[in-house]
Amino acid sequence: MAVVTSSRKKVWNRVAIAAVLVIAIAFLSPLYWIGSTAFKPRSLATSVPPTVFFQPEITPFIKLFTKRVQLTKPVDPAVYDAAPWYEQRIYDGGERILRVGPNIQMSQYPNRFMNSLIVAIISTFLAVSMGTITAYGFSRFKMAGESDWLFFILSTRMLPPIVVAIPMYLMYRTVGLNDSHIGLIILYTAFNLSFSVWLMKGFMDEIPKEYEEAALVDGYTRMQSFFKIVLPEAVTGIAATSVFCFITAWNEYAFALIMTNRRAQTAPPFIPSQIGSGLADWTVIAAGTFLFILPVAIFTFMLRNHLLRGVTFGAIRK
Amino acid sequence: MAGLATLHPSSKAAARGWSDLTIRNLFIIPTLLFLIIFNVFPLIYSLGYSFTDFRASVNEPVKFVGLANYRELLNDPRIWNNFWVTAKYVMVSVTGQMVIGFGLALLLNRKIPAKGLITTLLMLPMMMSAAVVGLFWRLLYDPSWGPLNYVLGLGNLAWLSDANLALYAVAITDIWMWAPFVMLLSLAGLSAVPQHLYEAAAIDRAGSWYTFFHITLPLVSPLLLIALIFRTMEAFKTFDIAYILSTQPTTELVSIKLYKFAFQEWQTGKSCALAYIVLIMVLAITNIYVKYLNKAKER
Repeated sequence: MAVVTSSRKKVWNRVAIAAVLVIAIAFLSPLYWIGSTAFKPRSLATSVPPTVFFQPEITPFIKLFTKRVQLTKPVDPAVYDAAPWYEQRIYDGGERILRVGPNIQMSQYPNRFMNSLIVAIISTFLAVSMGTITAYGFSRFKMAGESDWLFFILSTRMLPPIVVAIPMYLMYRTVGLNDSHIGLIILYTAFNLSFSVWLMKGFMDEIPKEYEEAALVDGYTRMQSFFKIVLPEAVTGIAATSVFCFITAWNEYAFALIMTNRRAQTAPPFIPSQIGSGLADWTVIAAGTFLFILPVAIFTFMLRNHLLRGVTFGAIRK
Repeated sequence: MAGLATLHPSSKAAARGWSDLTIRNLFIIPTLLFLIIFNVFPLIYSLGYSFTDFRASVNEPVKFVGLANYRELLNDPRIWNNFWVTAKYVMVSVTGQMVIGFGLALLLNRKIPAKGLITTLLMLPMMMSAAVVGLFWRLLYDPSWGPLNYVLGLGNLAWLSDANLALYAVAITDIWMWAPFVMLLSLAGLSAVPQHLYEAAAIDRAGSWYTFFHITLPLVSPLLLIALIFRTMEAFKTFDIAYILSTQPTTELVSIKLYKFAFQEWQTGKSCALAYIVLIMVLAITNIYVKYLNKAKER
């Protein structure tokens, strides 16, 4: 710290560290809550006082993935004996719900999760590949009105989703793209493209021009030097940009809510719709939420050194 | 044509393969076209509809009504109320984020065990889907068994169904998500303050308040300003979190009103007009944002 380290400063330092720890725990407790609710037996999910420590239970995830019906009377012992262990487990937990029919029917959750994956992966791929070459173009070549074009690109990102969604909904309805994967992929690509151009431009600007010039002198064409020299140098940037774009597409709610309802519905509008009316089973909702935010949490850790850069559209590098 | 390339156009290398001009156009134009087709064109489309009484739910001939939609909207006290609710929400939530975020950064700006881990963990909320965050805060806010009331000892406080409280509940959730964003930017600013300035201040026996207001704050303020503008813009556009958390009329933000106009009441023409009013405001804030972003870049 400073030149003169007084004992008062030391005390103040300790207080600050303690405060950081307390605040960090307070900030993270909602996350602990949603994570832990996903592993609670239903009876403990809404208990008073709230249950913090408990025996973890797998049944929320079983209920999340399978379709089941409410029984009015206790289950037939013969049916119970014939049921697989995980079905028995739900029944043992005191719930009179069992899967329907002899074949296990999947709930809608896996399907919605897959839709999210498909839409996020394809739109990320498109946005990042287009963004990378465009960023290279802006980084290496001069263009009339360059800063205006870059502002235009960024401004498309800032548009409120609902404002864009109204005309897009009408256009999609005309061409039959409502509730389709392609429709969502196009929207998310457009949404992420501007971000990807801005972020990649920052990374491209950092690659020394001398590398390419040396390659050009050695007889490479401009295209060859782009693919063989620039792209390998930009791998970190491309990876970071991809993860940011994936997270954005994965999390998007407003477009998905408006543009999809069944076939192409993604997880963000689906998960809240599970609450419906009547008594919600929060353990199932928490289980669905837990699986949904798990990839984002992992990606956040992978991205930790690029977060600042990402949130400032590449303007601030650390 | 603007000058291109880092190479002289008559050199051998530039003559091989495609010209730089071709490559530049090939790399840039598809993206610009894509954005124009899927962002600008729809907006032109909806500008046209904003002058009509079009309703997407019925198959009636569309009538041109001129500026009637805009006139009606701007004379409607309910719409002004939506803007007022939004303004209140932006003020509460952005102020909270700035104060808590900057405060956290000041606390974190020292040697702390596992500092990197703590910082990364704090970033988790803002990386998550606002829709899902809103959903699980509903569980936390539950008046009868929610853990929040229990921990804070608030009895059966009905956060989300109390008309006066609901907007603050939404803002608290948003603050939880985004205060770490302000913290991240502030930390970047704080770490850039040269240590010798503090040492000089210590030698001059400057008080800690003096040091804070004359050294720390001026050097961090450009980044704080970026955080402020960005969060203001995002808060102004908020839809998901408020839509999922509360159905109270006191939390009806402009974007929620817009959604209801367009997709529940199917007043398509009128919703397009409101969308344009919102759009102009957002573009104005974006302009300011980019100006400061470029300034920060030059540093």
